[in-house]
Amino acid sequence: MLSALTQLLVFQLAGEIVARWLALPVPGPVLGMLFLFVALALRGGPGDELQSTSQNLLQHLSLLFVPAGVGIMVHLHRVADEWLPLLLSLVISTAATLVVTALVMKLLMPARTMPGETP
Amino acid sequence: MTPPISEIWVYLSASPLLGLTLTLLAYQGAFWFYKRSGMNPLANPVLIAVAILVLLLTLTATSYETYFAGAQFVHFLLGPATVALAVPLYTQFRRVRSLLLPVLVGLVAGSLTAALSAIAVARLFGASLATQLSLAPKSVTTPIAMGIAERIGGIPSLTAVLVIITGILGAVGARYIFDAMRIRDPAIRGFAIGVASHGIGTARAFQVGEQAGAFAALAMGLNGALTALLLPLVLGWVR
Repeated sequence: MLSALTQLLVFQLAGEIVARWLALPVPGPVLGMLFLFVALALRGGPGDELQSTSQNLLQHLSLLFVPAGVGIMVHLHRVADEWLPLLLSLVISTAATLVVTALVMKLLMPARTMPGETP
Repeated sequence: MTPPISEIWVYLSASPLLGLTLTLLAYQGAFWFYKRSGMNPLANPVLIAVAILVLLLTLTATSYETYFAGAQFVHFLLGPATVALAVPLYTQFRRVRSLLLPVLVGLVAGSLTAALSAIAVARLFGASLATQLSLAPKSVTTPIAMGIAERIGGIPSLTAVLVIITGILGAVGARYIFDAMRIRDPAIRGFAIGVASHGIGTARAFQVGEQAGAFAALAMGLNGALTALLLPLVLGWVR
């Protein structure tokens, strides 16, 4: 657990440093994810420890969004003036994005892949 | 000389412990309810936990800053958790590689739809230009979205709110849309939810299954990078 958590932090730190150094538009942790992915490919997979730690962390990924979500209360007044166009835009656009992405992927799906098949 | 208990309590409750504990309690209550509902997306645990906490803070007249002093320890874990997404991505990579074409075309189509439809609908219903531009990066994970909003002339703090609402909307509504479209492949369902509603959608996808989660994580990362690169250019043409 401790060594896995340390690994994750080291990759995040590497991501932060590179993102800032090269002034990339991608946040450090996302770059860290890319670095860890490359490391896993080179290493031939995560060890048991990293596997179980990341599984634990991701199982409760929703929890990690709660503090930022509560932040809505501070900025809610910004939404108040134009709440109707904002609400319509968010609902319609989110639905449209789900439909378009899923439809395009479905049309381009290779014929032989069975839905739900695990590689 | 030992200080009186009340002094120790004032020191302890001043901020971190209370905010942190309340966050964990509210989330566990919300998650318990979510599980009891059979993981019904309408009982989204982020939505319920946030509602409980906002209500609690408002009733006790506690400021968000005071709350966040404790909650930041949970918030901090978003970084390592994002890095950890590489693990399921690696595990599912053979399937990702076999679906390279649908993934990449779906990404571009979804990314453009997310930004342009948000602007179009807001414009249609008379939102101001700054509001339209704040909406454009709403499907992208918060740190990238705020950066984009700043660059294109939106209001970053408004964008942050819109990003979270978008995440919750996607996590709550996606299942009904996919079921109506008769889309069952977890790769498609996961990827579309990741494009439309970033990390909160990805969290929901992981609760459904590892394959959906891995594709959602991939979509979130790719859409963040693509939108950051593409949106300023596209807006230049559209204007």
